[in-house]
Amino acid sequence: MQRIELVTPSGISEALELGRTPDAAYLAGGTNLVDFLRTGAMRAMTLIDIDGLPLRGTDFDGERLRIGALTRMSELASEPAVRDRYRFIAESLELSASAQLRNMASIGGNLLQRTRCPYFRERGFKCNKRTPGSGCAARDGENRRHAILGGSEACVATHASDLAVALVAADAEVHLHGRTGEWTCPLETLYIEPASTPEIETRIERGDLIVAVSVPRLPGGPRSVYLKLRERASYEFALVSVAASVELDRAAIKQARVALGGVATRPWRAHDTEQRLQGVALDDFDALREAAASAFLNARPLRDNGFKVELGTRAIVDAVRQAGGDA
Amino acid sequence: MTAVVILTVNGRAYTLDLDPRETLLDVLRERLDLTGTKKGCDQGACGACTVHIDGRRILSCLTLAARCEGKPVTTIEGVLVDGGLHPLQRAMIEHDGLQCGYCTPGQIMSGIALLDEGHANTPEEIREWMSGNLCRCGAYNGIVEAIEQARDEMVDAAD
Repeated sequence: MQRIELVTPSGISEALELGRTPDAAYLAGGTNLVDFLRTGAMRAMTLIDIDGLPLRGTDFDGERLRIGALTRMSELASEPAVRDRYRFIAESLELSASAQLRNMASIGGNLLQRTRCPYFRERGFKCNKRTPGSGCAARDGENRRHAILGGSEACVATHASDLAVALVAADAEVHLHGRTGEWTCPLETLYIEPASTPEIETRIERGDLIVAVSVPRLPGGPRSVYLKLRERASYEFALVSVAASVELDRAAIKQARVALGGVATRPWRAHDTEQRLQGVALDDFDALREAAASAFLNARPLRDNGFKVELGTRAIVDAVRQAGGDA
Repeated sequence: MTAVVILTVNGRAYTLDLDPRETLLDVLRERLDLTGTKKGCDQGACGACTVHIDGRRILSCLTLAARCEGKPVTTIEGVLVDGGLHPLQRAMIEHDGLQCGYCTPGQIMSGIALLDEGHANTPEEIREWMSGNLCRCGAYNGIVEAIEQARDEMVDAAD
């Protein structure tokens, strides 16, 4: 690992000051950054240890859940308001990583974690995300785990976070401090598709610091589910995942929210599917399936991952029925 | 640039001059001679390096040691109860919860935390909450049985 300097700011304003230094990176739980610094997938000269900043804890005021950026994944998952009212958020967390990693990793860091595309991780391969302009080894390589939505010639790496998928479905917002002051952004639009610049993954600029995430109350009560499909029973990234919440009018769907993980270059909200689900009865399998399939109309499968279209379609149907309490 | 850091490990304070890149795992093994904590993958994927910080299980291979000042660390060398083996250590021996033994300290540190977290109610729950600790010999059945036995013994002892 290259030489680094570890600095500990006394408060948020000093952290922001230090964050403007070239080659500086904020260090929270460290589970992603320490690993990738060691493999050489990421570089930083100065690590700004933000762990002592007062950004830890969760508050629900009846209308909005506010999550401090340094709250640990395990802390958020065990929060009673989250378990009762945002079940898919708790499920997405407890289906992520391992108990040890969930005790370490912060919520802000989780949202900004880098892809687990193996070609990004290993410096011996071409990767436009790690080394812009070098090429993409995944497009013609092993791409079973890669994206079928939102990809480009330059990059087809999936976004790795489960939590981000549930939060995008829940209309979460991210609150940041930066050089131009405080700003807020819907989580869904924080992420940018790779296009020709896959090294740029979010709208966050150098030195910006996530201080909190907030989530509005879910309409229709707590009917939500996070369904995660993977090649091991546990401790594995998603091949396909679905975060779904359903508001019912008798046995028909009044409003559904559906977001997908494991299939796209960013946490993927399935807006078309949501529209087509309106008014559909929970036991109308054909209509559910048609709505689910619309999420993949623009899918561009690669050599090894065409199965994700069918798997994703079925997963959406299952998740919506589970969220509606009919499966 | 190194910095002087005071680490508290198994109740004992150590004053160390640390490079910021040094992980807690390397400091435990290479500087403090506490070699019970094992290096498996060194990338947060196997659980062999599991220790407790502030009573919570974490991975020492992804933890920079210089950030651990003021946070008590417990390793496998620090889990004895009244000078004897911890109930989970005894149960691992009785149920053959190991073959080569390399993952065992991590399994035990994770298992002790699991018992404390209250996620050891059924074999399925134990398997899920122990999934961060891989055993290449495949001694999983014995590990699950050992955790169940330790859970029952510790409940009895608390009654």
